[in-house]
Amino acid sequence: MKILVAVKRVIDYNVQVRVKEDNTGVVTDNVKMSTNPPDDNAVEEAVKIKESGKAKEIVAITVGEEKAQETVRKALAVGADRGIHVKVDGVIEPLAVSKILQKIVDKEKPDLVFMGKQAIDDDCNQTGQMLAALLNWPQATFASKIEVKDKTLEVTREVDEGLETIEVNVPAIITCDLRLNEPRYASLPNIMKAKKKPIEQINAADLGIDTKPRIDQIKVEEPPKRKAGIKVANVEELVQKLKNEAKVI
Amino acid sequence: MSSLLIAEHNNKEVKPFTLNAITAASQIDPDLHVLVLGHNSESVAKSISEIPNVKKVIHVDNEIYNNYIAENFTSAVIKHAENYSHIVCSANTFGKNLMPRIAALLDISQVSDIIKVISADTFLRPIYAGNAFATVKSNDAKKCITIRPTSFEPAETSGGSAEIVKGDAGEQSNHTKFIKKEEIKSDRPELGTARIVISGGRGMQSGENFKLIQDVADKLNAAIGASRAAVDAGYITNDHQVGQTGKVVVPDLYIAVGISGAIQHLAGMKESKIIVAINKDGEAPIFSVADYGLEADLFDALPKFLAELNKLNTIQK
Repeated sequence: MKILVAVKRVIDYNVQVRVKEDNTGVVTDNVKMSTNPPDDNAVEEAVKIKESGKAKEIVAITVGEEKAQETVRKALAVGADRGIHVKVDGVIEPLAVSKILQKIVDKEKPDLVFMGKQAIDDDCNQTGQMLAALLNWPQATFASKIEVKDKTLEVTREVDEGLETIEVNVPAIITCDLRLNEPRYASLPNIMKAKKKPIEQINAADLGIDTKPRIDQIKVEEPPKRKAGIKVANVEELVQKLKNEAKVI
Repeated sequence: MSSLLIAEHNNKEVKPFTLNAITAASQIDPDLHVLVLGHNSESVAKSISEIPNVKKVIHVDNEIYNNYIAENFTSAVIKHAENYSHIVCSANTFGKNLMPRIAALLDISQVSDIIKVISADTFLRPIYAGNAFATVKSNDAKKCITIRPTSFEPAETSGGSAEIVKGDAGEQSNHTKFIKKEEIKSDRPELGTARIVISGGRGMQSGENFKLIQDVADKLNAAIGASRAAVDAGYITNDHQVGQTGKVVVPDLYIAVGISGAIQHLAGMKESKIIVAINKDGEAPIFSVADYGLEADLFDALPKFLAELNKLNTIQK
């Protein structure tokens, strides 16, 4: 099998995001960027499947500006074989990303496409499902366990009520939950080796896809702040406050 | 034009978040139609027809909708989507899984997880785990919208009498098979709609220690939540997770016990009316959002908390 893994470069999950003063977006200058956390789980799962002998090749792909390539390089350092960087500047919406990925899938013909279930920047949770729709492939979203069988996958999905298990035929799209696995760290020798692995660069414009946003971001604001609370001295005071001041119990 | 809302249900009852989504959808367009895809689901169609905000119910009953498979649902929604300006559903795991599949086939750039309807094409939505609110305007002719349920009141469920019409089923996908659903049954209120939520984090140290949380939850008739750390550690099942990638809750009272308050957890609970934090680390970020903070060892504080609650003559349920 051949696996395509999509990764996205986002503001690091530990960074306290700040809104720009002119309300046009959030501050990204001099802010630490990383791979979107569940995309790391997607890469890890692909590598595990390859290590088990069930996949032959892993191709890591990202769509974004020049520096987005760092996320592909990181995937190469933990076990992807080669990379693809589809270069596009500025805002790109999940619909356009999924159209780009569709073109790449048509060319690369992977059996499985993995990615994180949601990007922690725009919190859209769309790209995997959209790609599945465009390809008319089955989708297994929010995966927390994957069992690779002959021509199918058995996937356990995290849903509101608990866990759901479905079986999807290959080819399929899988979007990964953070609980799917524990992503490994790249060792220094593997980071060095990854530098020699090829990354093909493609301009989004050359794929013939209109990536112009369909949604205008009119303004970005700070959410309303909670007013500072108080520390209570002990449990008695807490219960008294909840009962008589907040009146919630 | 009208809006079409896709109902979530279990073939017997409507799921609560669909009621919140109905409120939002009728703010977008008062001529709201609801699509019920199910199997032996007459009672669902009937109860939705009694919601005053609903003007028409389209009921498609077919065994392929016995379980919720996004591929099958999508085909049916597309079949019925033509005359609608907006396709709407709740932004929980149901709608998150389904709506982008519909949007892509209709070539629509979806607006996910809205918390406010500003106009028929402009919405407010949180980004970056709720650390910023974006006002966005959709320029697509038809719009696909998912609703953050906790940001809208549930719709009234009685007094209406919308017409129920039968609709055609879509195609069945041969590529996805439902195997099983492990639903965790509980007598407690549902996490997403409970008036009081008490959550445990890594500080609980084990699954057994969640008994301390359960005892307080029983007393307060509260739902039980958890941080991602507690779920990852196996203390409690995933359906309890509150946060950016789990559930969003907005109870009257949220009690965070042994939870440090990572950005990702705050994203799921910081809109709660009253927040209580119990943590032995006085510097924990959870205190920055807490109305009442108690710096204490939870193993000491929780039994005392229960004892104090037991002393009260009355407790609001």
